[in-house]
Amino acid sequence: MSASLREGSAPKGQFDVAVVGAGAVGCAVAREVSRLGARCVLIEAGSDVGAGTSKANTAILHTGFDAKPGTIESRLVARGYELLSQYASEVGIPTVNLGALMIAWNAEQRDALPGIEAKARENGYEEARPVDLEELYAREPNIGQGAEGGLEIPGEGLVCPFTTTLAFATEAVAAGCELLLNAAVTGVRPSDGGHEVVTARGAIRAQHLVNAAGLHSDELDSMLGHAEFHVTPRRGELIVFDKLARGLLNHVLLPVPTEKTKGVLVSPTIYGNVLLGPTADDVPDKTDRSTTSAGLASLMEAGSRILPALEVHEVTATYVGLRAATEHRDYQLTAHPDQRYVCAGGIRSTGITGSLAIAEWVREALADAGLDLADRPEESSLRMPNIGEFGTRPYQEGERIASDPDCGRIVCFCERVTRAEIDAALGSPIPPVDADGLRRRTRALMGRCQGFFCGAEVAAALEGSDADGDR
Amino acid sequence: MAIDDGPVIVGGGPSGLAAAIELRRLGNSPVTVIEREREAGGIPRHSDHLGFGLRDLRTVLSGPRYAGRYRELAEGAAVEVLTETMVTEWEGDRQLKLTGPHGRWEIEPPAVVLATGCRERPRSARLVPGSRPAGVMTTATLQQLVHLRNQKVGRRAVIVGAEHVSFSAVATLAHGGASVAGLVTELPKHQTLRAFRAGAAVRYRAPVWSRTKVSAIHGSERVESVELTEIDSGLTRTVECDLVIFTADWIPDHELTVMAGCELDRGTLGPLVDPALRTTRQGVFAAGNLMHPAETADVCALDGRHVAPAVAAYLRGPGEWPSHVRITSNRPLAWVAPNLLLATGYPPPRDRFLLRSREFVSRARIQVRQDGRELWSGRVGRLVPGRSAHIPAGWAAAVDPAGSPVIIAVK
Repeated sequence: MSASLREGSAPKGQFDVAVVGAGAVGCAVAREVSRLGARCVLIEAGSDVGAGTSKANTAILHTGFDAKPGTIESRLVARGYELLSQYASEVGIPTVNLGALMIAWNAEQRDALPGIEAKARENGYEEARPVDLEELYAREPNIGQGAEGGLEIPGEGLVCPFTTTLAFATEAVAAGCELLLNAAVTGVRPSDGGHEVVTARGAIRAQHLVNAAGLHSDELDSMLGHAEFHVTPRRGELIVFDKLARGLLNHVLLPVPTEKTKGVLVSPTIYGNVLLGPTADDVPDKTDRSTTSAGLASLMEAGSRILPALEVHEVTATYVGLRAATEHRDYQLTAHPDQRYVCAGGIRSTGITGSLAIAEWVREALADAGLDLADRPEESSLRMPNIGEFGTRPYQEGERIASDPDCGRIVCFCERVTRAEIDAALGSPIPPVDADGLRRRTRALMGRCQGFFCGAEVAAALEGSDADGDR
Repeated sequence: MAIDDGPVIVGGGPSGLAAAIELRRLGNSPVTVIEREREAGGIPRHSDHLGFGLRDLRTVLSGPRYAGRYRELAEGAAVEVLTETMVTEWEGDRQLKLTGPHGRWEIEPPAVVLATGCRERPRSARLVPGSRPAGVMTTATLQQLVHLRNQKVGRRAVIVGAEHVSFSAVATLAHGGASVAGLVTELPKHQTLRAFRAGAAVRYRAPVWSRTKVSAIHGSERVESVELTEIDSGLTRTVECDLVIFTADWIPDHELTVMAGCELDRGTLGPLVDPALRTTRQGVFAAGNLMHPAETADVCALDGRHVAPAVAAYLRGPGEWPSHVRITSNRPLAWVAPNLLLATGYPPPRDRFLLRSREFVSRARIQVRQDGRELWSGRVGRLVPGRSAHIPAGWAAAVDPAGSPVIIAVK
């Protein structure tokens, strides 16, 4: 018998694989092994999938051009880019390939560009090329004065991180994976050659354990007796500008990176806004997702230099992402076959892009440790709703409205989200539990009015739904 | 008869409905209002307090009754109101694409009145730092939850802002069973009428903390407290609450205005409009709080009545949109409306230009000048941020249509 998503005790019996953490990586791993016939349980402390670091990032589809050459991250981001691009087109995850322009704002940065271009080649990315000032200003006429040089990375794109994680989780669940939300892990004990994972919803027994616990991956790792890395959250504050600013730029505008961070970028978003950020501050608290006045002020200052016209535009949202940074400059991917334990920790900014490649890596490590998997995955016909601004939005599909008037009933005016989309999300296999979850699935409440017009209507829709998701 | 055989009004609040009713009275047919909500009536639908209808209907009604009265008047005047219908695309001069439960279709009306109103800036637009817990909302959301949905919203609120609408939020919270810890304003004092303020102080015991700002919101799932900072001393303190209501700080809902290619005024952030309420786009007019965020509903309705004859005249003989002179305002003034002079002859709504100030100015003297020439000067009494002062309109006839922008300043 299936357990319910969000409450009740954990399912009895033995699982082949327990994956801890339902972010992009954990969901990708659960999808991968479930579709190959493994009995999988996906354990998540929070009340929803993709509600941690996976929901709060820059949503860039990285080519990996600027990774540290020779690292696992370099290899998996490049591979993940290919896999996710392909997967996105198959299941309808919003993506767009706008290309990036890295802009040098002083002589020192300009002199660093050839090295970055060479590094891109070392990472196997051959498309990066210098852009002179004339071309730079022709392609981005609204950027500030004083640029000293540019580098084009045509492959960089945007991807919807919400849909990505949700698609993985939905396919995992469809393939028989048990998803246990609100089930924080408090301990792990050896049991029958496998593991007993103690969670807030009871104990779960599994032969193999995968650590995809993101910010908490070091804690889980130490429960297994390892101490190879420590996660120090790197707080990134971000500002989303009004859609009316979207016309100001055409590419992802990257700064020249420093040792510590990729720096503050300005980018269109997949939802048609403009994104500014992130900051990068190491913080002690893994739960504090607060913006700060100093952080927001520094972003506004950076934004006014990169794209001065941003200043007159309204801010639609601010948010914080906590990257799972460690003392190492690489993913913390380790296999412990004797222990039947695989760690996929310390996955930083590139985790969404790398997710499918990381899942492949984990699957191979599990197979090496004796997990029996089928050769070919089960067929899937998943199609995700398009919440991106590129391509046709649901409200624009006149034929669907003819068959269902709710497809033309716009509830969230700013983001043009229809009643049919909200009902579909509420009735989906992994329904949202709160307004934030509904926002990630439909864009409702994501817009400039932040609920002034439709806040009460959306609250009522949530109220009337059974978000517990008994299946 | 097709919709686009007559004028189309976008927005079925007080100004839009009043414009439509008046256009019908002037003999136009058909007259269509496009309303994206389930029901026309606009913001008054959920402003459940008295005080509506004073200037336009010569009576005193509650918001919901006032909205209902306008719906009846529109029905009686055979105005076509398309609810749950949104203008989702705008191309060329006036090709509008509509989306609603009946499908998607295109219209190309001979004239459009934009009456899309305004909204309160939410917390994010005001860059208030902190976490993102539930329990943070604008007055409009609060009123909808309490008055339209009968929901419990919380126990104790901090209100950001101290204007009329902020005190209206105090009353709504009381109705919804929540107390008010206090009202916070960065200004040196509250901006509402003394009587409102005194009433709130006595009836709801709500203090006003002036020269103070909300410097952080705390709470994980739900608001737990706010941090307040006194602007002059930098001192901070924490106030426990489970609700933060962001009031006033109005911004026009101007997306469609931008899509239509109308130029915006840098002060109001609504379309530039002349006294006849013509925008910079031929055949496109505006009315209501889209062009003066925000006035009371009756003032908006009078805008609607005012724009109708200009629309009707344009429909009788379109002709070219004349060239224009801008009207600008200097600090501490925030904006003036109307803010454009297209051609002389039309007086503005209620024969006055509205002014807003960013600061309190007592016994303010206003000067209107163009190219160094004084066109008018006079006293307007006390300027209060968030409340309009007004100056008469007679000077507009003396403006040189070929001259520089007209400047309105505090002398």
